[in-house]
Amino acid sequence: MSKRLGWFLAGGLLVALLLAGVVSSFASGSPDGLDYTAREGCTFNADGEITGGTCMAQQEGDHQLADSPLADYGIKGIDNEYLSTGLSGVLGVLITFAIGGGVFWLVRRRGQSAATATDTDQGR
Amino acid sequence: MDTTAMHIANGIVNGPVSAIFAVFAVVALAFCVRQARADLDDRLAPMAGLVAAFIFAVQMLNFQVLPGVSGHLLGGTLAVILVGPWVGALCVSTVLIVQCLLFADGGLTALGLNITNMALLGTAAGYVLVVALLRLLPKTPAGLGTTALIASIISVVVASQGFVLEYALGGTTELSLPWISGTMAGVHVLIGIGEGVIAATTVATVARVRPDLVYALRRFRKPVNVEVGAAA
Repeated sequence: MSKRLGWFLAGGLLVALLLAGVVSSFASGSPDGLDYTAREGCTFNADGEITGGTCMAQQEGDHQLADSPLADYGIKGIDNEYLSTGLSGVLGVLITFAIGGGVFWLVRRRGQSAATATDTDQGR
Repeated sequence: MDTTAMHIANGIVNGPVSAIFAVFAVVALAFCVRQARADLDDRLAPMAGLVAAFIFAVQMLNFQVLPGVSGHLLGGTLAVILVGPWVGALCVSTVLIVQCLLFADGGLTALGLNITNMALLGTAAGYVLVVALLRLLPKTPAGLGTTALIASIISVVVASQGFVLEYALGGTTELSLPWISGTMAGVHVLIGIGEGVIAATTVATVARVRPDLVYALRRFRKPVNVEVGAAA
């Protein structure tokens, strides 16, 4: 990997870390488009529990991993919301980069440039 | 119910239909891996890791589209432009898998549904549109940004209709399908505009800084290698 690419990757990763670590705390807390559609037709009480009507969200089940330490983009045991959301975001970015980058690196085509690659592809 | 959930939860679509889409997703992703290998070289592989990490970050940033309704980027079009369709679908899938397994976002049973909509349908629609639009628009940062904006809007609406199809096959409540389809399409046009602005800003920035790292500028054009090679 070239040095220039390394700098680009570091810069991009820094932007992602800032977005997930800092900006994420200021994201909208409203239900997203899908969730909104799923809740239409039902009435809710102050705790967000369904009190009547018919809607898709009625059949919604709990997540099998709802007790995981990072569930719902927070870190279990950290009460400060900004810290909890931000740290979970930072971990998420690093984990995604490690898993994604790792898997893509393992399955990549060996060899240097894209130009030589086309030739080898045609050979097989 | 918490409002941090962003993808299809368990129980909304029944077990058999969820299972069918899980099998479909596995087969489609295996095919993507096969196709992706031709694109993945020493330069694209780390770039793809970055694209996945970036999409994870931006998916945390829900923006308000209407009072009481938010949305977030899905990322298919952005990924197609930066790393190509096959690797792009795998990037979005990686994000969805991490979110499901570690962040309890998007039901485990619903993972196949979510991958089908966002990683496969959304990315496929984005790919078709990006290829078509780049025939008409200039291969400049501005042209690429415009492409990203238009393709994102349509790709997000297509992904939202994937859910409607799944719900039509295995929905667990009696609700009017045209109503669901219309509501989903309506809010997702707005979400798509937000996604389009983010995607356009991102790809235009990368195209300005490192045009050689933008897949769409290297591959989605008629084979006049000399021109872009010289410009980069």
